[in-house]
Amino acid sequence: MSYIAKPEVAHPNMPRNKLGLTARDYEGTVSTLCAGCGHDSVTTAIIQAVFQLNIEPHMLAKMSGIGCSSKTPAYFVSQSHGFNAVHGRMPSVTTGANAANRTLTYIGVSGDGDSLSIGAGQFVHAIRRNLNMCYIIENNGVYGLTKGQFSASADIGSKPKKGLPNQQEPIDPVSTALSLGATYIARSFSGDKEQLIPLIQGALLHDGFALVDVISPCVTFNDHEGSTKSYAHTRQFYHHVVDADYVPPAEEIKAAYNDGSAMPIELHDGSKIVLRKVDKNYDPTSRAVSFKFLRDHFNAGEITTGLLYIDESRKEMHGLMGNIDTPLSEYPLDKLHPGRKELKKILNRYR
Amino acid sequence: MKPTDTSHPEYFHKVVDCQWACPAHTDVPEYIRLIAQGRFSDAYIENRNSNVFPGILGRVCDRPCEPACRRGRVEDRPVAICRLKRVAADHRDDISGRLPRAPSKTNGKRVALVGAGCASLTVANDLAPLGYEVTIFEALDTTGGLMRTNIPQFRLPPKVLDEEIAYILDMGVDLKLNHSIDSMKELLDQGFDAVFVGTGAPRGKNLEIPGRYDSENIYIGIDWLESVAFEHIDSIGKNVLIIGVGNTAMDCCRTSLRLGANDVKVMARKPRGFFKASDWELEDAEEENVEILVNHSPKDFVIEDGKLVGMTFELMEYNIDDAGRIDRGTVTGEKTIPCDDVILAIGQDNAFPWIERDIGIEFNEWECPVVDEATMMCTRDGIFFGGDSAFGPKNIIWAVAHGHEAAISIHKYCHSEDLQNRLPVGMNLASQKMGMHEWSYSNDYDPAARRLMPHVDLRERFKKIDIEVELGFTAEQTVQEVERCLNCDIQTVFAAELCIECDACIDICPVNCLTITENGDEADLRMRLSAPAENHEQALYVSKDLPQTSRVMIKDEDLCVHCGLCAERCPTGAWDMQKSTVLLPYAADEAADGQIQPAAPAA
Repeated sequence: MSYIAKPEVAHPNMPRNKLGLTARDYEGTVSTLCAGCGHDSVTTAIIQAVFQLNIEPHMLAKMSGIGCSSKTPAYFVSQSHGFNAVHGRMPSVTTGANAANRTLTYIGVSGDGDSLSIGAGQFVHAIRRNLNMCYIIENNGVYGLTKGQFSASADIGSKPKKGLPNQQEPIDPVSTALSLGATYIARSFSGDKEQLIPLIQGALLHDGFALVDVISPCVTFNDHEGSTKSYAHTRQFYHHVVDADYVPPAEEIKAAYNDGSAMPIELHDGSKIVLRKVDKNYDPTSRAVSFKFLRDHFNAGEITTGLLYIDESRKEMHGLMGNIDTPLSEYPLDKLHPGRKELKKILNRYR
Repeated sequence: MKPTDTSHPEYFHKVVDCQWACPAHTDVPEYIRLIAQGRFSDAYIENRNSNVFPGILGRVCDRPCEPACRRGRVEDRPVAICRLKRVAADHRDDISGRLPRAPSKTNGKRVALVGAGCASLTVANDLAPLGYEVTIFEALDTTGGLMRTNIPQFRLPPKVLDEEIAYILDMGVDLKLNHSIDSMKELLDQGFDAVFVGTGAPRGKNLEIPGRYDSENIYIGIDWLESVAFEHIDSIGKNVLIIGVGNTAMDCCRTSLRLGANDVKVMARKPRGFFKASDWELEDAEEENVEILVNHSPKDFVIEDGKLVGMTFELMEYNIDDAGRIDRGTVTGEKTIPCDDVILAIGQDNAFPWIERDIGIEFNEWECPVVDEATMMCTRDGIFFGGDSAFGPKNIIWAVAHGHEAAISIHKYCHSEDLQNRLPVGMNLASQKMGMHEWSYSNDYDPAARRLMPHVDLRERFKKIDIEVELGFTAEQTVQEVERCLNCDIQTVFAAELCIECDACIDICPVNCLTITENGDEADLRMRLSAPAENHEQALYVSKDLPQTSRVMIKDEDLCVHCGLCAERCPTGAWDMQKSTVLLPYAADEAADGQIQPAAPAA
């Protein structure tokens, strides 16, 4: 951590978004994570994504549990809503918040420990409900806050700083989410913001559960030789499969794409995600194809990245439940509450 | 782009915008830090090492440092560098014991300095401690040259001049006042080993229009100011017109107000934005209710019954093109403005009626001597020029810079060394890391606005001609102003081989200076940085290829606030904050042991 806060002085020609805000207006307090932590880069990517999407800070809710990753919501968009939940319980709290107010944009930041160990049950059920949120896993393969024990995402053979290499099968959040029916699944790397920012933008706008698994190296406990989640290892085995460009609503797709490899997908707000298939054999809309591809590459030690699966057709939680559009938090109490008489009637049905 | 070569002292020197812009390369951030620590005497000596006259310059310097100051680009207004210099001078203790002294035995070399202004005094300051027998010849009965005769006492009190000039004269300089040199030939006949000419640009420009010689109430600005300084003139009419809008005009109008004028108009031929006067001098004059009339071109003087009653002007209209250039203008009418006196302040020329033209000193078409810009020597060996007399009117700080260079040349000349073979500028770099997140300097950005110089009340200041208008910064103002300095000499130094490309530095940089990207040519790179680098006067710092991806780290030096957060957030210490100290060679360095470099034998 630093002794001084990031000075408020800014570049005089900083771009402003449609709300007249600069990216600096979307910052939070200064990070207290280790210098060089991948999580800080993810924070910056989130700031950029939210800034570029012209999201009003008070219409954003940032949710987290426990862990290094779960500290990071303090470091972006200070003027938004937020909830720092019990370890692993962020998905449930987000489910509750979303149930009460569906108009907010929900961004959950979790880690491999928070999501794949203690909160694994919460994680899978949020996917099952297709909860409308952007779910970011800052994945570094270790428990940084407790000094570097292996987490559930540690690869077989990955060496710790001290002690024996990991022998247990890792949980891959991407193939887990794919098998559970998640509707937006991406993977990226904290050191590749060019790829990461549009993936987060798509995740924020996707109508349903959007997972972004970000390899985010732990500089202190897992950035050494022999680690499979270090900066150097990630860069070496990094494999772009499908890159994505975000195109705002009513804007034409400008970039020129190679024939056949570009695939525009319209999101519910009219904006588009243009998929650029780096690997022509890949189909990010077929669960079967992508599952085999991803498992094969995963087993080969490759880190497949990009927007790996997308399905815009499935309804999100409110749609599945047939809820009204008005957020319950804004619905008049007398209509929301059935009244003592009605309640008694309902209860009597179960007697 | 190729990796930036930071081993050349020039690269980091340029990053210190103020120091680079200063002709004498005063180490501004260093002396501001010393002031911040309350070490006023040390700050004074740091100043004096390069600019010789901190008290004088702290009041009347032309301040090329301030428009260059990075703070002026990050925000609106630069650090009040000049005002802080005065703080160091005002609060210093007796520093006379810290000044160099002449050795008990001279080195037998005799040097003549013509004129006792800032250029000659600088040469004396550099040479007297080395054992030279220095003689200053001055036509007037006092020292200081134009600093004393042309700068009014309400801006520069004589006491300040006397003190700082005495420091130099007390080194054992032979001062000959009332000693006008009327012939260079005769001076050369006296057998000096070297001669330095620091006689300034003493001739005010005239305005040859009808009526010019029909009244005694039309004055040449610098001559008039000199007469006021020597109390030959102590009054002026009620209505005064000043022709011209340079810094001399500002001194003339403000002096007029103190000699009895109550309506002073400064007549400018061109519109605002094309004035020669410094902004702050314009501000100070306008604060005293001097009226500046634009687009008035002098036509003739109106004389009635042998008495000056007014002046006629052509009213001008100009076109300014997109590049900001102004055309010659067209006349749209005429106007006569009544007045009692007119002061002409339209520029100065050099004048060397005392230098014979057949002794090997060449003059150019503007009657300026042909002088080598590096050595300050003219076309005759052993004769050197400096200050306004060398290249036409500039300012005090340039004269000081010339004086230092001339002193080096004179030393080399007297020892038969090659004048062109001078010691190079050097640079020290030293890490300022004091602990995990501690730096030896105040690295936090203080958003305070520039402090304003307090002035003597408008009703008080006109009572006497020598009431100094500027009061100097208070302690509170000083404390705030020093924190505005960005410490640009604490450099961001990058070691590419240590970088793991985690982006931490890029993410934390408050002003978007840093980018990791694929290398390219400069024009291309400038457009694809974190923020476009549109100030082409500021360099891009390009690293060697980074180990993991072979991309490069690029820093746009333009707006860096030197907060050190890049270095704090760097997990591998690839960034470090290192203080750059520019090592400027002076005559004393050339004279140091082991530095004698005999000239190459004649071929």
